[in-house]
Amino acid sequence: MQDAKNLAGYRKQCRESLDNDFLRTALDTFAVAYRTSRANAFAEFDIQALIDEVAVMKDDVLTRLDELYEQFKAVSEAAGVKVHLARDAAEANEIIVRIAQETGSRKLLKTKSMTAEETLLSHALEEHGLEVVESDLGEWIIQLRHEGPSHMVMPAIHLSRYQVRDLFTEVTGAQQEGDIEKLVKVARRELRQKFVEADMAVTGANFAVAQTGTIGTVTNEGNARLCTTLPRVHVALFGIDKLVPTIGDALKILRVLPRNATGQQITSYITWVTGANECAASPDGKKEIHFVVLDNGRRELAKDPLFSQVFRCVRCGACANVCPVYRLVGGHKMGHIYIGAIGLILTYFFHGRDKARNLVQNCINCEACKDICAGGIDLPRLIKAVHARIQDEEGHPLPSLLLGQVLKNRKLFHTLLRTAKWAQKPVAGGDGFMRHLPMVFFKSHDFKSLPTIAEKPFRDLWPKIKPEVANPRHRVGLFSGCVQDFVYPEQMVAAVELFADHGVAMSFPMQQSCCGLPVQMMGEMKASREVALQNISAFAGTDVDYIVTLCASCASHLKHNYPELLKDDPSLNEKVQAFTAKVIDLSSFVHDVLQVTPDDFDGDGRITTYHAPCHLCRGLGVHEAPRNLMRSAGLDYREAFEEEVCCGFGGTYSAKFPELSEQLLKRKLDHVEATGADLLLTDCPGCVMQLRGGLRKRGSSVEVQHTVEALTARRIKKS
Amino acid sequence: MSSSQVPQQQQSVLERFVDKARLAAAQVSNVADIEAAIEYTLDLCGSRGACRIKVSGCDEPLSDSAEGLCLAKEEKIIAAPTLPAETYDLLSSRSRESGFSCIDSGLRSQLAGVDIGFTFADLGIAETGTIVLNCPNEELRLATMICEYHVCVVPTSRIVADAFVAEEQLLRYMGHGPNYTAFITGPSRTADIERVLAIGVHGPLELHLLLLED
Repeated sequence: MQDAKNLAGYRKQCRESLDNDFLRTALDTFAVAYRTSRANAFAEFDIQALIDEVAVMKDDVLTRLDELYEQFKAVSEAAGVKVHLARDAAEANEIIVRIAQETGSRKLLKTKSMTAEETLLSHALEEHGLEVVESDLGEWIIQLRHEGPSHMVMPAIHLSRYQVRDLFTEVTGAQQEGDIEKLVKVARRELRQKFVEADMAVTGANFAVAQTGTIGTVTNEGNARLCTTLPRVHVALFGIDKLVPTIGDALKILRVLPRNATGQQITSYITWVTGANECAASPDGKKEIHFVVLDNGRRELAKDPLFSQVFRCVRCGACANVCPVYRLVGGHKMGHIYIGAIGLILTYFFHGRDKARNLVQNCINCEACKDICAGGIDLPRLIKAVHARIQDEEGHPLPSLLLGQVLKNRKLFHTLLRTAKWAQKPVAGGDGFMRHLPMVFFKSHDFKSLPTIAEKPFRDLWPKIKPEVANPRHRVGLFSGCVQDFVYPEQMVAAVELFADHGVAMSFPMQQSCCGLPVQMMGEMKASREVALQNISAFAGTDVDYIVTLCASCASHLKHNYPELLKDDPSLNEKVQAFTAKVIDLSSFVHDVLQVTPDDFDGDGRITTYHAPCHLCRGLGVHEAPRNLMRSAGLDYREAFEEEVCCGFGGTYSAKFPELSEQLLKRKLDHVEATGADLLLTDCPGCVMQLRGGLRKRGSSVEVQHTVEALTARRIKKS
Repeated sequence: MSSSQVPQQQQSVLERFVDKARLAAAQVSNVADIEAAIEYTLDLCGSRGACRIKVSGCDEPLSDSAEGLCLAKEEKIIAAPTLPAETYDLLSSRSRESGFSCIDSGLRSQLAGVDIGFTFADLGIAETGTIVLNCPNEELRLATMICEYHVCVVPTSRIVADAFVAEEQLLRYMGHGPNYTAFITGPSRTADIERVLAIGVHGPLELHLLLLED
């Protein structure tokens, strides 16, 4: 449970996690194994179609939550269940305590339920003198250790068998061995005794079917079956968002949930409970059943045009499985109660601003979660939106405000960048890297060498190098982005040369500015919107077929975020649409539009590997183009392990969480070096900065280039 | 109906069911008739060591109260509630001959554990190798939960391609008041300690599916 008072405190906690070798190895092993098992589990399906089915169904449910609740309540109650609607966490807990008291229950069993974690139910029950035992093995372990879960479906993934052995030795009063099979059997017998004694069980529910008044639980161990059978009282606590219209709708979720959670086709048990079913332990032979349906802000949130999509979440935990930051720090640092990307968002709505303020900044925006989500939720966007909302509520921190103000004023921004060139003079080496870091960067940022500002930005070079292209095949507007304009203008120059050879006429509108992603990352939505408008205007006057950018992050931001940022003003729709439709990344343009072939290049067979920028492979869905280009250019391309995992740059993220950025980079470079390549290509100047700086710092001889530089260097010149 | 007469479509659904069930660690066999299913069960209980007086976990170091529950089991038990009378009588007499106790009720007084739960599946789902048990009867439920080994006869005519095909049937179970329906796929499992797969947490250690052509 993350509860740091401020960002510095939170960073300190994250640093401590980095020292936990067991945790990091466990999460690494899982992250790698998960990818394969998930792919196998979905092998026979069109994953996107399954996800869309869930999204469409859940979106429809949100428009009629109250109606479905009434139907569910009526059907359930006709079958002998009592249904309660709890306004908030406290009321849910009060209702359940009261049920325990009125039924004379003293010993309670629980199954794993994130909703019960949300309301801190066990604490409330124990405060009333009730004995509560978690019956899921992982939950029992963390209960005995007085901890919260560190993953939504694998709550004890942070613990080793030896920690469990010591814990069980203490609990049973008998010396245990560190053999997992045996420890599981010990839990089987210890908990069986608890099943015999229990008066009441509290379970969660994965689905609540309005059509039949049925709840469904998805489990592997079999504890939920015993919990819903043996004790004479059964209480199920679940969010109102768990309602689905029909059994078929529940089956749609069931098809994706286990597959996306752990790569299982299905879990061992799906338990469907309808009405007050048979129970020999009750005086009348019928179980006393209560369904406690939790609102806790859900009905209001369901009406929010942006945030309502959080209810497509099926609680599979996949957004944590693939999150590179989760993999470093674990669930106790990557969530308050709900964990992973969805946790960063839900924490704000269910547990408040105080708990969410620091957490929500720990997103590197690599979009791995969005790519894997079983409900198709745009998690990175929502995380940024929560961040922006918190800043709007509390006031914006100065650096964020300043950057926003500066970026809104293109001239001021560019003047500052030019001035920075002079400011860096005393520390800049002659090799394009800074010798020592200026004051703004502190020691923790010392894991990579930072580049210097270029002698001349691309915008100053352009008037002199602009090629004249007769009878052009394509007309292109160049969008440089600030890094290529002011730090790596040579990448732009390389593109200009390649394009000119292929009959591309180019223009470079001088009014263009930063794409705006950095301020959006810092929660400055207003500034982000203004910069977007400036860029659209800058290109409005140019007559081009494509707007090409060499920066994957710019491309993805221009293409996907601009329409979202500007959708409130319908008068802009057409203009925005015309702009975004033309935006294309370098590799796709060269591969798909110019359609270069090996005949265009004079290859040298240099051993080369690749880093796929997050915003290229996931943001734009481009996977094959750069790899095919490397082969066409006659390079000996060797795939690196985890080529599509984030390098740790994340724009302003690497300045905010340098320790985490450093670890992500370290891993990336280890994989790069393992390929034996001495050339590393990528499609994003931010990644170039991160990778080049990191390799230089470790004294590596691997050279980093933008893909276009390697292509241009090997082209057979036509002019 | 011999296997050569099984229609092509049904054949592939059946094959898929077997593949997927095995993928989930279920043990799948064919049986010619009920008698063969009963013999399989007795053999499992007798020769394979499923029927031991001590159930799994009771050899481990336990707390006194858990140890006490272990001692409550005094004989080898096959639990088979809700069978047709004729089938139950046959199983019961064959069990007695083999020295096992056979029960169809009173499972609540056997919570220390029973050796085998013997049941019939209402449906089989090929997509995931799942069996469906419509089990509002508490004895039937408990037999499948507290047994060491679960033996389930699956009539092949009840195997469908996926759960959506069975939606109407499921609605017949759940759509008329109190009901308890179970989807069961493979044995009870956990990966809660170091993500290492371990079998038999709270439920059966093995699931045996006996395919019966009907």
